[in-house]
Amino acid sequence: MKQIFLILAVLAAPAFASEKLVTGVSRDDVQITADFTGSDILVYGAVLRDSPRPKGQSLDVIVTLEGPATQVVVRRKERWLGIWVNRNSVHLNDVPSYFSIAATRPLPEILTPEDDAQYNVSLDRRILVTRMSANAMDFPLYIQALKRIRAESGVFKITPDAVRLSQDTLFRADFALPANVTEGDFRVRLFLLRDGRVIDTTEQIIGVRKAGIERQLANLAQEKPFIYGVLSLIMALVAGWGASAVFRLFQR
Amino acid sequence: MQIYLPIAEISVNVFVLLGLGGLVGFLSGMFGVGGGFLITPLLLFIGVPSGIAVATGANQVVASSISGMLAQLRRKGVDFRMGTVLLVGGILGSFIGVQVFAYMDGLGQVDILVQVSYVIFLGFIGGMMFLESARAILRNQRAGAHVVRRAHQHSWLHRLPLKVRFRTSGLYVSVLPPAFVGAFVGFLAAIMGVGGGFILVPAMIYLLGMPTRVVVGTSLFQIIFVAGFTTVMHAINSQTVDMMLAFVLIIGGVIGAQFGSRVSTRLKAEQLRILLALLVLAVCVKIALDLLIMPPELYSVTLSVLP
Repeated sequence: MKQIFLILAVLAAPAFASEKLVTGVSRDDVQITADFTGSDILVYGAVLRDSPRPKGQSLDVIVTLEGPATQVVVRRKERWLGIWVNRNSVHLNDVPSYFSIAATRPLPEILTPEDDAQYNVSLDRRILVTRMSANAMDFPLYIQALKRIRAESGVFKITPDAVRLSQDTLFRADFALPANVTEGDFRVRLFLLRDGRVIDTTEQIIGVRKAGIERQLANLAQEKPFIYGVLSLIMALVAGWGASAVFRLFQR
Repeated sequence: MQIYLPIAEISVNVFVLLGLGGLVGFLSGMFGVGGGFLITPLLLFIGVPSGIAVATGANQVVASSISGMLAQLRRKGVDFRMGTVLLVGGILGSFIGVQVFAYMDGLGQVDILVQVSYVIFLGFIGGMMFLESARAILRNQRAGAHVVRRAHQHSWLHRLPLKVRFRTSGLYVSVLPPAFVGAFVGFLAAIMGVGGGFILVPAMIYLLGMPTRVVVGTSLFQIIFVAGFTTVMHAINSQTVDMMLAFVLIIGGVIGAQFGSRVSTRLKAEQLRILLALLVLAVCVKIALDLLIMPPELYSVTLSVLP
């Protein structure tokens, strides 16, 4: 059934879209175990054509990898009565917990603002301001600060030439998920561009999930918080008493 | 060796955590302070989100306080009767404090109020303790082994009703002053988000006139319950206790606490007091500087919960 749809889709494609993306990822799930230190993800693919490739025109690929969207508050400290306090804040929606964008060339050279707006490619297109305090009219500064802070902690990345495209057909992009990722569905999006226009896109999901003891603890904390709290106390009690007992043995 | 924390959702070095736990446990066993006012900023520093740092810190405080208290118990350094009176007062005070905190939170700017009250309070307590213990050390050096008896003058405090004999502390006083001290500490602890040991220890020495040798253990006894209550409340209300993080901190903490209480038995009472005074003053100066000096990063990012 799936194949029939695929064939229909290919047949139904407009004549000018003679180039299509075929893509894959090296893994479609990432398990966060206690010794998780990050994970490498390889995104690869090829450009399919039903006619000889057009000559003398530029072909580019953009690959984005993004974690689940969250809401964040960005606060700014200001001097008030001689001390530095959080005064103004901007609430932002749809901020990905992780965002990495790779391309064959620097983004401004290959992506038009119109296509960016249509396909929501870049980070700026994704983040929405939902609420801000009265004196935070300079909200772009807050968004800049968010990007700066997240880039420093390694969860926002822009690598303009990280996609290797060989003979206008085969390409690959390497991503290194850092150890401080949060769990959820990570989206891999690919954009094929010919002369600055997006001509094809694909999307894939990588499930990033806690596994083993991480999974059990996180579930218990959510589902049975009282038991979880009491267990935490028992652990503290046993450890405190145990250490005391062990040290008394040593003293003799 | 890295370890991924399931609730905090970050990966950290195990040995860094063991070291932090050990350091705080050491101070806890030595001075009878829970260490909540130290562990929270340290966890924030290594990238643990603030809510998780506060709640998990409380869990670690329970363990190192038990470890430290048991060490004190062997030297008869715990006055259970006094501890219970302080605890009952503390629970009442903490209950009122939580209400006041929620009220101020509604008005906004609660952070700044907490920080300013920290600076004023720590500065006051630390400064007073430092002067008193420095004077005591100087006096002992000059006069040799001259016995100084303090806080046992009979005053209006001794005419209050409900007198009880606190045998371990060697006091025969009304339960009202210790209950009031407990309530006051509980109130401040709830507002400042800490166990209150560093307020309780000086209060027991100077206000109640308890001998320094029972103060550490009795304070730890009270802190176990306050921190334990806090841990469970956080686990239920906000699911911010990270058991994996707590486990590693606790291993470091209980060992540190044993060494700490060993050192505390070797020190003279006034030496112990001057060291605690210096610690309190250091934290006070640190918070004051944070408020006064322009921070290198003015912006901060926090996850907001869904409305």
